[in-house]
Amino acid sequence: MKRLLLLGDEAIAQAAIDAGLSGMYAYPGTPSTEIMEYIRASETARERNIHRTWSANEKTAMESALGMSYAGKRAMVAMKHVGLNVAADSFINSAITGVNGGLIVVSADDPSMHSSQNEQDSRFYGKFAFVPCFEPSNQQEAYNMVFDAFELSEKYKTPVLFRITTRLAHSRTSVSLVKYPVPEKELSLPGDPVQFVLLPAFARKKYKTLIATYESMRYDARLSEYNFFRDGRRRELGIITCGIAYNYLMENLSETEPDFPILKICAYPFPPDLIREIMNRCDEILVLEEGYPLIEESITGICDSGKKVYGRLEGTVPRDGELNPSIVAKALGIKSSQKRSVPAVVKMRPPSFCKGCGHSDTFNALIEAMKPYGPGRVFSDIGCYTLAALPPYSIINSCVDMGASVTMAIGAADAGLSPSVAVIGDSTFTHSGMTGLLDAVTKNSPVTIIISDNLTTGMTGGQESPGAGRLEKICAGLGVGEEHIRTMTPIRKNHEENVRIIREELEFNGVSVIVSSRECVQTLLKRKKTESSG
Amino acid sequence: MKKDIILAGVGGQGILSIAAVIGLAALENNLFFKQSEVHGMSQRGGDVYSHFRLSRKPVSSDLIPYGSADMIISVEPMESLRYLPWLSPSGWLITNSDPYINIPDYPPLEEIFSEIRKIKNHRIINAETTAREAGSVKAVNMVMLGAASHYTGLGCSSLENGIRKLFGSKGEKITDINLTAFRAGRNIINP
Repeated sequence: MKRLLLLGDEAIAQAAIDAGLSGMYAYPGTPSTEIMEYIRASETARERNIHRTWSANEKTAMESALGMSYAGKRAMVAMKHVGLNVAADSFINSAITGVNGGLIVVSADDPSMHSSQNEQDSRFYGKFAFVPCFEPSNQQEAYNMVFDAFELSEKYKTPVLFRITTRLAHSRTSVSLVKYPVPEKELSLPGDPVQFVLLPAFARKKYKTLIATYESMRYDARLSEYNFFRDGRRRELGIITCGIAYNYLMENLSETEPDFPILKICAYPFPPDLIREIMNRCDEILVLEEGYPLIEESITGICDSGKKVYGRLEGTVPRDGELNPSIVAKALGIKSSQKRSVPAVVKMRPPSFCKGCGHSDTFNALIEAMKPYGPGRVFSDIGCYTLAALPPYSIINSCVDMGASVTMAIGAADAGLSPSVAVIGDSTFTHSGMTGLLDAVTKNSPVTIIISDNLTTGMTGGQESPGAGRLEKICAGLGVGEEHIRTMTPIRKNHEENVRIIREELEFNGVSVIVSSRECVQTLLKRKKTESSG
Repeated sequence: MKKDIILAGVGGQGILSIAAVIGLAALENNLFFKQSEVHGMSQRGGDVYSHFRLSRKPVSSDLIPYGSADMIISVEPMESLRYLPWLSPSGWLITNSDPYINIPDYPPLEEIFSEIRKIKNHRIINAETTAREAGSVKAVNMVMLGAASHYTGLGCSSLENGIRKLFGSKGEKITDINLTAFRAGRNIINP
């Protein structure tokens, strides 16, 4: 049996390749990026010509994957949890249209917000959309589940959500692969020519079917093999775990081995009788779930069942942040090992701009240009450049969601804030900034938009940026006046000139875009290395 | 045999390469392991770490519980202290002595060393000099792995094979520099 050392992300990617994947769609976002990266680097994917180009954003990725499914082939789309907000419209409606070829939607959650703006729990999206959801507890399970997820998807004609969290996504271990990979599907149109037409009259019918299907799949073997009840002799406490929380529980039980009844849930919708089973056997219940208290809430509801349920909602487990073996030990009342404290001499070391980064020169010019106007006028966005919120820059005043810099600047200008500035990266601009710019053009908003262009998607490791080299053309196409599309090169020697360019546009009472362009130092370094090695 | 190791440093110092070499050596010895990494924003000059768990039996948690790591291997002195909550009372702290200063309030080095010396089992190594002698200052990570190798429970030859596998694609010269750095690091410590 072939074994590979794989991150959780990579195990999912390898499984998709082995399960007959024809198309992978994604926009980079920690902790999901390595799924697409792995497929792009895969020799097999190259030989089979599996589609593996980055999409402009999560919505276009989701819709393209749905299109591949329409044509009868297996597709996967991957994103970070907040990316699912961007793709939500197509995700939720894809549940109503249903699929043709198998379709898996991977959403990688980031509890504790290691690299994110929130810690939303994607399992709720599954419930919300009536889409089944897999939540692997380890890398091997993640690998195996992909095969079942594709089968389930094709059997019930439903997209399948695949929810992972940072620790699984970025933890490496050995994974055994299947001996005989599944061949790719042939091109085939959906049997029903209007399956994907959500005209209200059609949609109402399909919605009824969706509700019924969601209920009926609770007992499907492909889901239920991952929901497993193990009885124990003790009766005072039963434990329900979800996904990766199971590992933290087993870490603690392997030491002391109290014989608790355990219900491990890794697939949704789960059969309610399994919950009733453990509730009936035990005096009290502890729920361990990574993320929001989805299960705990559904057990306790509003009316008290009379049984004490411990968990995140009740307070035995912290309400926010990711779990770890020590938190679970405490919830179990197990005395943990002695814990030293971090000496006071240790200082915070936040991330910072790389040495020679173009963003820092752009911000230095902006700081000087903004001096006459005072603070509080710069909206920004999501990427490395968000670090300008920290000292010594402290120049940006917002980072909300992809593209929000442009539109928030418009709203603030509407309110009378002048000047109103947006700083957005090149990849973020093509992800979700362009439509906002169209709004600005339509009503001639007095906003200055700086595209801090490093010619790549830098934060996530340097993926190709679809607007690279043609940002000015895009802006002109959207209707920004040619004389107010300015370019500058952010290097120290150009500082005075760059300050002047920004000042001129700040004074202009209309839409202006400044493209401040210099290659990311990390991708430059990588490129030079590849060039010199051959 | 069971070893829980925390690898520490600053983004870009090659923590993940240390982890990868230990992983390859573990695979060669048919050991179970899980290695949790940090990707994303922190890699831009922030503090980074990896939890590495090695065992003859299957490993459950991807994360090490507090107070139970057998070892902290750190490529940077202040970073070695950040993970003390995980170190077991009898655990080893092995760190490079050369600071990586990219923050304005980096503490006086002597204060850091005095905190490190409070740990019963500690080793402070001047890895940068050794790496430079081996051929590249970038090989600091392999010097540290060499120094810590006595306590990993893995054979020297398995770790060297791991280095060959990891750096093999980068050519003979780079592989040799890393092997030399590893051996020099191993020779610094006489357990």
